[in-house]
Amino acid sequence: MSTNLKNLELPYNRAHHLFAIFTACATLVVITAGALVTSNDAGLSVPDWPTSFGYLVKVPRFVGGVRYEWTHRMLAGSLVTLTLAIALWTLIVEKRRWLRWLAVGALCTVVAQAILGGLTVLLLQPPAVSAAHATVAQTFFCIAVIIAMFTGKQWIEEQPRVEFDQRRPSLFTLTLLSIFVLYGQLILGALFRHHGLSWWPHVLNAVVVSFVLAWAAVRSLSLYSRIEAVRRPAILMLSLMIAQLCLGFAAFLTRVEWGKDAVQPELPMVLSTVAHVAVGALLLATTVVLAIQVWRHVPVAFEERLPEAQRNPSAA
Amino acid sequence: MKKAERVTPIISTLALCALFALTACSKKENTEQSNNAPEQQQAQPAATPIDPATVATIDGTVSFDGTAPKGSKIDMSQDPACKGPNEAENIVVDNGKLANVFIYVKDGLGNRTFDTPTTPVVLEQKGCRYHPHVLGVMAGQTVDIKNDDQTTHNIHPTPKDNREWNESQPPSSPDIQKNFAREEIMLPVKCNQHPWMKMYINVVKTPFYAVTDKDGKYEIKGLPPGDYTLAFVQEKLGEQDQKVTVAAKETKTVDQSFKPTAD
Repeated sequence: MSTNLKNLELPYNRAHHLFAIFTACATLVVITAGALVTSNDAGLSVPDWPTSFGYLVKVPRFVGGVRYEWTHRMLAGSLVTLTLAIALWTLIVEKRRWLRWLAVGALCTVVAQAILGGLTVLLLQPPAVSAAHATVAQTFFCIAVIIAMFTGKQWIEEQPRVEFDQRRPSLFTLTLLSIFVLYGQLILGALFRHHGLSWWPHVLNAVVVSFVLAWAAVRSLSLYSRIEAVRRPAILMLSLMIAQLCLGFAAFLTRVEWGKDAVQPELPMVLSTVAHVAVGALLLATTVVLAIQVWRHVPVAFEERLPEAQRNPSAA
Repeated sequence: MKKAERVTPIISTLALCALFALTACSKKENTEQSNNAPEQQQAQPAATPIDPATVATIDGTVSFDGTAPKGSKIDMSQDPACKGPNEAENIVVDNGKLANVFIYVKDGLGNRTFDTPTTPVVLEQKGCRYHPHVLGVMAGQTVDIKNDDQTTHNIHPTPKDNREWNESQPPSSPDIQKNFAREEIMLPVKCNQHPWMKMYINVVKTPFYAVTDKDGKYEIKGLPPGDYTLAFVQEKLGEQDQKVTVAAKETKTVDQSFKPTAD
């Protein structure tokens, strides 16, 4: 009965949800296209912005670095349109006020991201601005992914299976810590890629990230594997983390070790670094999803929130 | 939900879109039209006179001690307009002689000043390569940049002490004329459209500089007699200095050799 009432209150809109998924996928495509621009050192091959060689949409001669930069711009422009559409659609059909504001936040983020992209061209790629552009891109991806999650049938219709977490640090704290260290790793990696920092802080922090994420994943899987909404992102996070470590090692070899004297961007370096960026984005988004699902299904147990039977008698 | 609560986010969204559209449309100039105006030159003090009857010459050969690295082949397939063979020019050795070494009088000229030449130095883009690979120019002197290729290049110097700029130059477009205000050695220049295209401009305050040719030879003429520090700079192998004294009308040979770097 309660489920039916809930459904009446929050109807699942399949088209809206599918469009949100499409926007999130498109975001990953734009991030990959952006990574191709950086790996091919093509960031300034189109020297003007917001126009490209003086035009907003005219296709330039599709050679050299222009192929990557112009394609990235067009895809990014399309993503702004998609985000505008999903924001307006959410404002029209969505009843949850916080989700409406999240959609507006997504639009603000994508606009800020576009302006940062323009600034990185106009200011000739200062490392701080380019790194901010890379970081906000993945922030936006996380927002797009969670909008897709919040509009999904499972999120709307399921009755969360709640298990209180009495351990310290709590699993929720661990997932928040995971997001924090991953975000730091993202900034360090972006600064290295854009020549604002050496490679070693990124490599050093990879050890910290691996430890924290492994801790969060092992805790999730060992104690809460019965909860599918927690188990699935935890497994995915662990798998992506392992893949990301391998890609990071490959990127280090092809760029720092073997590719330092390369006269032009070489295919192994381009492939490994672009994959490293894309998988990094997926890893961050998966960790955010895990944190939200943990918040929903494994809330932190405070003394006053515990049912009578679970309270520690000695504390009473 | 109250009507006002539903309408406010929609209005905010539309306002944001309008702001973005305004930003995006506010700058539509055609940047393919390069700004050909060189930087404003500051008034310079009169040049210190040099007695032409006493001037000396320094010449010599720069060699490379060790096994010369094999030049990496460059893949230019991403632009069909880039034709012909192309190899990396970071270390060019022929019969043990090292090309593209920039040599200049680093110290010993005191507070002498020199007129900025009115003739420009030419930098060509041909076969998707820069010619020359290493260029010397006096501060304030015009660099005339030509595009002889049937493709668009962009010229992007990445200096430490001068102003950075990035301009595209389509085929058959007018030359781009620029100058650099401050002294800077091995100032990198690249093309972001063709990432293998790299060269170095050396900006100095005196006319006493040279670049070694393919036989490793160089010559610096017109030096007043005196004690000097001569710097030999190679883009990968770094800088080596030599003290040299030249007497009036003397022609002195100063050779230099570079060894491969440890890595």
